Amino acid sequence: MLTVNRYKCCYCGACVGVCPTISLELVDTWLEISEECKECGICTKICPVGALESRHEV
Amino acid sequence: MKFNVVVVGAGPGGSMAAKTAAEAGLDVVMLEKRQEIGDPIRCAEGVGKRDLCDIVKPDPQWIAAEVKGFRVYAPNGTSLVMSEDKGGAEVGYVLERKIFDRALAMNAASAGAKVMVKTRALGLLHKDGVPCGVSAMRMGEPIQIEAPLIIGADGVESKVGRWAGIDTTLKPKDIHCCAQFLVQDSSIDDEYCEFFFGNELAPGGYVWAFPKGEKLANVGIGVQGSKSGSGEPIRLLKKFMKSRFPNGKVVEMVAGGDPSSGVIESATADGVMLVGDAAHQTDPLTGGGILNAMKAGIIAGEVTVKAVSAGNFRKAGLKEYENRWRADLGKHIARSYEYKEFFVKLRDNDFNQLFSSLKNEDISNVDLRGVLRVLFKLNPKLLWELRHLVV
Repeated sequence: MLTVNRYKCCYCGACVGVCPTISLELVDTWLEISEECKECGICTKICPVGALESRHEV
Repeated sequence: MKFNVVVVGAGPGGSMAAKTAAEAGLDVVMLEKRQEIGDPIRCAEGVGKRDLCDIVKPDPQWIAAEVKGFRVYAPNGTSLVMSEDKGGAEVGYVLERKIFDRALAMNAASAGAKVMVKTRALGLLHKDGVPCGVSAMRMGEPIQIEAPLIIGADGVESKVGRWAGIDTTLKPKDIHCCAQFLVQDSSIDDEYCEFFFGNELAPGGYVWAFPKGEKLANVGIGVQGSKSGSGEPIRLLKKFMKSRFPNGKVVEMVAGGDPSSGVIESATADGVMLVGDAAHQTDPLTGGGILNAMKAGIIAGEVTVKAVSAGNFRKAGLKEYENRWRADLGKHIARSYEYKEFFVKLRDNDFNQLFSSLKNEDISNVDLRGVLRVLFKLNPKLLWELRHLVV
């Protein structure tokens, strides 16, 4: 599951720009993650401040 | 609500489009999803003086600092100075974007455009398969805005294009991941914009320090997305701060993604024109996007006026926008993209060689292209790939 650390996120929208499934939306300071997210991990590598994490449940 | 055109996004591109269309007497509405226009910034705030003045008469309040030129550092610390009038589009003024963006939006409003903040576009409305407006959320209330033309000036996170079938998703190699501190430090050079290169410093990008007056500067970093990693830009920026401004006080921090994809395949669709970062109209080499967005916004506004009077909002009817932005900024963006694709491959030793080759050259009165020509003459082997751009 893709999680956003809201204490870190600087709400810059870089993740939204690279998301291939249009699953992210930035609403002011709030990053929304929709169910279409395939956890491809691109956004986690792009985030300038390291606020996104893909956690795979075992 | 019915309008001739709805502009999504109130940055410099959107505001210029809205102003241009409103001045011609059209019913214009501009939506901004944030509650405040221009804040937080995502930008180093540098613009070319002459180019800005060509577009709009600057209010002194918009300008945080005026610089004499720029200084570029090679990985080994060697530096090179160029004067402002030779520097090209990204240096001259360092803006106060929070004031600047708001002023441009107010200009659009004064020209007659309706501005709606805290209003987020959710999708396109369609009639007979053709876009005819946007659905939006305003202060938590759903609204519908009817307009035969939609200008997507919705930035790096643009949705308008993707809703209209234009793939604007950025590949990691075509986005620069940025972080920036507003730094107060007694060692800041108030008169020069500084650029620092090096693959350890900023892989596939560079570090900048743009003065904002009174020992204050935007100190930031852009790292090529494909060479970055989670949190890498902010980590590298902190490292740079430690070595360059160890006593610097950080009074603000921002992050951002900067499109560096080069010329987009299409910036129009039926009923839709994309402007600025949404259309990847950022300069891929420098990252500068303000003036390009403003120029594209003006063209989009002018084409809107023509489309309304012709009653043709199909992609073919918007061809003039496509032709004009490509002939104007598109040419420079394409060239810069080739430079970018080359420069991201350079090793630190290559950078050092290029800088040291200029040691005995007088380049104080040469412009950027001239410097490249001199560099090519002195380092033909290293720069061979760029020969078609230099001559």
